[in-house]
Amino acid sequence: MTTHALTSGSRSLAGWMFTGPALLVLSVFFFVPTLAALLMSLTDYDLYALGDLSNLRFVAFDNYLALLKDERFWQSLGNTFYFVAIGVPSSVALSLGSALLLNSKLTRFRTFFRVSLFAPVVTTLVAVALVWRYIFHTRYGLLNYGLSIVGVEPIDWLGDPHWAMPSIALLAVWKNFGYNMIIFIAALQSIPQDLYEAARIDGASAWQQFRHVTLPSLAPTLMLVGILTTAGYFQVFSEPYMMTEGGPLQSTTSVLYFMYEEGFKWWSLGRASAVAFVLFIIIFSLTLLQIRFARRHA
Amino acid sequence: MTSPTLHRRHFVQGALAAGAMGCARRDSERLTFWSIGREADRIGSLFEEFERRNPGIRIKLEKFPWTGAHQKLLTAFAGNSLPDVFQIGNTWIPEFVTLNALAPLDALVANSPVIDRSDFFAGVWDTNAMNGALYGLPWYVDTRLLFYRKDLLAKAGFSEPPTDWAQWSQMLRAIKSVVGADKYSILLPLNEFEPLLNLGIQHPESLLRDGDRYGNFRSESFRKTLTFYSEAFVHRWAPLMTNTQISNVWDEFGHGLFSFYISGPWNIVEFQKRLPKELQDAWDTAPMPGPNGPGASIAGGSSLVIAKHAQKSTAAWKLIEFFATPEVQIRYHELTGNMPPRRASWSQELADDKYAKAFRTQLERVKSTPKVPEWERIATEVRLIGEVIAQRGDASRSVIDAACTELDRRVDAILDKRRSVLKKLT
Repeated sequence: MTTHALTSGSRSLAGWMFTGPALLVLSVFFFVPTLAALLMSLTDYDLYALGDLSNLRFVAFDNYLALLKDERFWQSLGNTFYFVAIGVPSSVALSLGSALLLNSKLTRFRTFFRVSLFAPVVTTLVAVALVWRYIFHTRYGLLNYGLSIVGVEPIDWLGDPHWAMPSIALLAVWKNFGYNMIIFIAALQSIPQDLYEAARIDGASAWQQFRHVTLPSLAPTLMLVGILTTAGYFQVFSEPYMMTEGGPLQSTTSVLYFMYEEGFKWWSLGRASAVAFVLFIIIFSLTLLQIRFARRHA
Repeated sequence: MTSPTLHRRHFVQGALAAGAMGCARRDSERLTFWSIGREADRIGSLFEEFERRNPGIRIKLEKFPWTGAHQKLLTAFAGNSLPDVFQIGNTWIPEFVTLNALAPLDALVANSPVIDRSDFFAGVWDTNAMNGALYGLPWYVDTRLLFYRKDLLAKAGFSEPPTDWAQWSQMLRAIKSVVGADKYSILLPLNEFEPLLNLGIQHPESLLRDGDRYGNFRSESFRKTLTFYSEAFVHRWAPLMTNTQISNVWDEFGHGLFSFYISGPWNIVEFQKRLPKELQDAWDTAPMPGPNGPGASIAGGSSLVIAKHAQKSTAAWKLIEFFATPEVQIRYHELTGNMPPRRASWSQELADDKYAKAFRTQLERVKSTPKVPEWERIATEVRLIGEVIAQRGDASRSVIDAACTELDRRVDAILDKRRSVLKKLT
């Protein structure tokens, strides 16, 4: 009895010792700052409070209530959802499509294509944004030049509030799809070839093979990619920051961009923390929904 | 929440003090100076000169670009790592005074043999004063005025630049009819608040009211400003474009995409360098036209300030004083192209310069923007409203009125904390 208790005690001690360093790092760099931000979101911490702490007021949930009434917050939320709605499906479809093409036995220069499609992921956005600003340029841009050949009138990609967000999404998809593509290629390669062989013997067409062999085998990967991409796309910031500064007419202001302006441009850290928590809750609940959806269909 | 910050501050202060003691033991004192923008690269010789005149002081120059400069200064203040002396955009001074981050300079100026207050341009000097005290000394001035294409204006039938808004409107209309549909008369970049504000401060009425507690954008004069601004877009005199969309302002000015451009002295050098030779006689600068005659402009620019808790404030002041002497300012201008803030530093040569002349005139008519720490944010709201109106393409009375009311509502909300802080003080 006593020996058993002792071993279980020393075992749990060993367990704590193993997880201790990670827990310590997590609490210093994650839990404590998160808690501090939560507390801050209940105050009106701003420039005045930074200068003199006696100007700090506890406002309970006023920041959150003010956000709900702020049409610009709703607009940025709408913009973000719009970006996610067009960005995530096209990003996943594009990366799956290119992974299938690259995985095909017919593909030549496979490494070359793989590297060049992955290259945008590892390129700095600042450099990429400069190039894309020219591609999107109304008068001299490559995109409008291409369209003019087919007789389409020039489009003001970044200056027209209707086109700005799709343009940003196009850039983001191009920049990021290579990452998911690599994950898909790895998943595709782990599907046993005998499944395809068996399907072919049963007389399955290429589409049927894809529908009934490839897709089911990819389901876990698809879910992972879906969750990661959604969470990532909800946090869109650098693209509008580099390309449009949130304009025109706030049409590319994402939630994170809104938070950045509140917090770091205007130093309203109380309100900015509230925005961060709202975004956290949204991403968290959407992820839960996705997992539940995936489980039901598994 | 409070105590960790306090501990950290004490710790940092202790470390700073230790650092300072370490320096004092050596024979020369090291003074860190933060400078913003590219100018610092060109004025190495001035720092050498300063060190020659002050053998006990060695300057440690640290440079960073304008993008993110404001944030860097704020974060440095929050982390207690501001240097003893640094450059600051003069519109940020109210913010840093509110933070209690700057040392007042009145006594130092009063005792200084080289600084003659009346010699500085009044509007520029005023941007450094707040609540009756002086917190910065102007380093250079950055007022904006008109850059225009003389040849295109002549083609439209005018030989002189405009002096009031009515003339200006006529010219904008005439140029548009000459250049055609795909070119414009003026560039008012939608991502900049400066053009609209520059028009806004032309009127004697202030943009904020009641001791800067509320927005004053419903005033008749701001309505006039917003109407004038939006008419430029309604008639397609100005393109619905931001600077990022233009990509290259200098080339487009050369191509005649627009004939008027409101900009600052830094562009004199750029236009001289970037426009082709055959166009060099085709452009000029002119003071801002006002609603009823020669207009005012914003007293922008940079100042030199001393941090409130500076360890080496004597050395810091010596550096500021050095840069305030006319002979140094003249050399500073020669090296950087920036305009000097005092009249004695405008050598005959500079005052007669073809392009600088207009700036010299304008500097006698510059105004400070309202001195509240929230100003940058308010200016951004003004820009956003301007953008909405411009995109709508409607300058009718009811649209303008609704926009001004909305602007006041937003600005009043921004100033809410200021009102409560002021109330607590009284």
